[in-house]
Amino acid sequence: MTDMPREPVLRTESISKSFGALKASNNVSLTLYPGEIHALIGPNGAGKSTLIKQISGGLTPDAGRIEVLGQDVTALDTVARARLGLGRTFQISSLAMEFTVLQNAVLGALGARGNAFSFFRKVMKDAELLARAEEALKRVGLWQDAGKRTADLSHGQRRQLEVAVALTLKPRLFLMDEPMAGLGASGSKALTGFLDELRQEAPILLVEHDMDAVFALADRISVLVYGEVIATGTADEIRQDPQVRQAYLGDEEEA
Amino acid sequence: MSLILILEQVLNGLQFGVMLFLMAAGLTLVFGVMGLINLAHGALYMVGAFAAAAVAGATGSFLLALVASLAAAAAAGALVEVTVIRRLYDRDHLDQVLATFALILIFSEGTRWVFGSFPLFLDVPEYLSGPVTLPGGIKYPLYRLTIIAIGLVVGAGLFWLIARTRIGIQIRAGEADREMIAALGVDISKLYTLVFALGAALAGLAGALVGAIQSVQVGMGEPVLILAFVVIVIGGIGSIKGALVGALLVGLTDTLGGVFLPLLFALMMEPATATSLGASLASMLIYILMALVLLVRPSGLFGGSA
Amino acid sequence: MTRERLINAALLASLLGVPLLAWQMDEPFVITLATKVAILALAGVGLNIALGLGGLVSLGHAAFFGIGGYAMGILAAHAQNYEPLFTWPFLFEGSNQMPLIWLVAVVASALAALVIGALSLRTSGVYFIMITLAFGQMLYYFAISWSAYGGEDGLSIWVRNEMPGLNTLDPIQFFAIAFAVLAMALWFSARLARSPFGLALSASRQTAERVETVGLTPFKLRLVAFVISGAITGLAGALFADLNRFVSPTMLSWHTSGEIMIFVILGGVGRLYAPLLGAAVYILLEHLLGGISEYWQIFLGLLLLIMVLFAKGGLIGLIAGREVAHD
Repeated sequence: MTDMPREPVLRTESISKSFGALKASNNVSLTLYPGEIHALIGPNGAGKSTLIKQISGGLTPDAGRIEVLGQDVTALDTVARARLGLGRTFQISSLAMEFTVLQNAVLGALGARGNAFSFFRKVMKDAELLARAEEALKRVGLWQDAGKRTADLSHGQRRQLEVAVALTLKPRLFLMDEPMAGLGASGSKALTGFLDELRQEAPILLVEHDMDAVFALADRISVLVYGEVIATGTADEIRQDPQVRQAYLGDEEEA
Repeated sequence: MSLILILEQVLNGLQFGVMLFLMAAGLTLVFGVMGLINLAHGALYMVGAFAAAAVAGATGSFLLALVASLAAAAAAGALVEVTVIRRLYDRDHLDQVLATFALILIFSEGTRWVFGSFPLFLDVPEYLSGPVTLPGGIKYPLYRLTIIAIGLVVGAGLFWLIARTRIGIQIRAGEADREMIAALGVDISKLYTLVFALGAALAGLAGALVGAIQSVQVGMGEPVLILAFVVIVIGGIGSIKGALVGALLVGLTDTLGGVFLPLLFALMMEPATATSLGASLASMLIYILMALVLLVRPSGLFGGSA
Repeated sequence: MTRERLINAALLASLLGVPLLAWQMDEPFVITLATKVAILALAGVGLNIALGLGGLVSLGHAAFFGIGGYAMGILAAHAQNYEPLFTWPFLFEGSNQMPLIWLVAVVASALAALVIGALSLRTSGVYFIMITLAFGQMLYYFAISWSAYGGEDGLSIWVRNEMPGLNTLDPIQFFAIAFAVLAMALWFSARLARSPFGLALSASRQTAERVETVGLTPFKLRLVAFVISGAITGLAGALFADLNRFVSPTMLSWHTSGEIMIFVILGGVGRLYAPLLGAAVYILLEHLLGGISEYWQIFLGLLLLIMVLFAKGGLIGLIAGREVAHD
């Protein structure tokens, strides 16, 4: 971490969120620096989704603050954070299923333009939007399927489209929620290669269950257990961390 | 404006509220357990009133008429649930709205076909007519007092049913998680029919009780249905407690507003304007109440997150 | 998709051809029926923008239909009675000119839609349905108790309002006006569906979360759609009142909301021309079945029930196949 620039793109400062007695996030502090992939791992129910929602703007933390590009975004909603440059992909694909692949990408481009209140121009004839959508689709390798209905895409193609829609926004950082989930070995490998290059363009906070991908890609890994970050470090550091081994190998001792 | 007048109007408001509760309870149960929005609930109210009027006309017994209203509405409810409603549980709200709107057309025109367009009358029985003197010297119609009592008893019974009985446990489990009660071995489709028939019976009873004050006619259920929706929006969908609180709020607001707003305006302007302006505003009062609740709590007073 | 286009063209041609034929054969009643179809279809085109494109199940569109109707009634009543509507800041005596009446109808219903929409769109799903229904009912009761403009009895206008250059009392000329407005509204809604706004609105219906993450606000998109939708339905209300030369609280009743929704659904949700086919079928049924039985709405109910349970794509869906057109 020593060779990294000092200013993080994303910083959460001891954020906490409870649902009744359940502490879903407990004092979580994370940083994401330019050029890196920071992976967030943890067993099911560790509070990864809750944390992602707080960072993307769907949930407001009870305490703590969140900064994007040095700006306090704790009180901003999802839309405002997206406009600041936070690009997100979803765990459960949330594409517009009735649309074609191209229409979904154009929707992203339209969001990047920031103004959808145009009532007469034909959106699918808008050269600027189309160019942006095409570029994103080409980068993820979906351009030849641009005319397909999204509902007819394979699972892996939907994942690619998720990433493509995020790309159209030209985000300053990515928040990716299990992009590899359900991908076959080859799909997973292709996406790993793609993310590897993508980090130079914008850093990625990656929530992922696929440990091969995580250990292959991540510059740093944070381990979340019961809403708490129990360790942050490089792949090697995490592999050797006793607390992590305990959490994953299931020793019953108190951490 | 005397204290007695105010108390009398409060009782009127309570009576109206209690009747709205009978309607809203069924609607909110059906929504809470089955996730169904049922526009035809008002038709079941009408069925109850017509059944009561017909039986009272034939036998002369008001008690039998009430029993008939419960039975007829429950039977109509069960029939509709088995033939149509259960196909709608997995559909979106638009389909539910349309199908139950279609049911209203069928019920309304069918009733008109059988009974004609003229209103029927259901008389308050001898032993319940006339005023009683309440403590404080207020004279109040015994029948309206009886409606309040019946409503409160039914309400208490409903709370008991849901809090204490086996069926109540299944209903609550069903609200929480449909798959879970299936896993517990409860026959869901039977439970749904039962809940729907129960809600229908309550609506039918309300129809019969009100039918003796107003006239029994086609379309009588629809204004009440929409008020019941307002009640549910205020109280929070799925909550019986919310339905009770919402119903009393709406009943009192509507009754007191209708009486006192014109009087209040008369203090500030000439009488004719005051009456018409007061009446116009009073007719909108409960909707304004609903809008206010929405601004503060979009999911209603006792609702979960919207 | 070409098949749907073909159906649309056939629909529009029939709506134009039937009254022209009736005109040749001197059957003014048929022309009036066709005018009614055109106007009700226009109300449906309005609702379809909220319902079909935006997925907003509004059961309160009678509010806008009625506001349009009352805009016509109030302006024309003042004009015919020579009682100024207001004298300050300038003297305004009401109007019997359609263009001005339409403008007032559109602005008034758009404003109402803005207020009702801003409140109801804070919620979603079944709450939204109940709240739009309740606000519609609020205006219904308000109109009933508003004795200055006829209360429960409504308002009658002696002579149909005027349109520069046309004789609106001639059925075929009034039909031409209604048809022209409908055609423009259909063209507008087709443009809207293909516009950036239409894309974002349609996406908000399918996946609101996604729309937020690309930096657009579903609430704003829906509110604008609701306002446009209400304004078009309001315009239809003004024309409908002019057709009957009468406006009453019935136009505001929730049965009217239900009927407008039925036009859209009978035709097929999300199909641009659905309201036209739906309104035509509805008026035909009313006319044919109504001749056989006073209780024709039973059959309407049964038909609707069968459509909902077994034919989700509506009539256009049945003819054109399930695929919804998209570019």
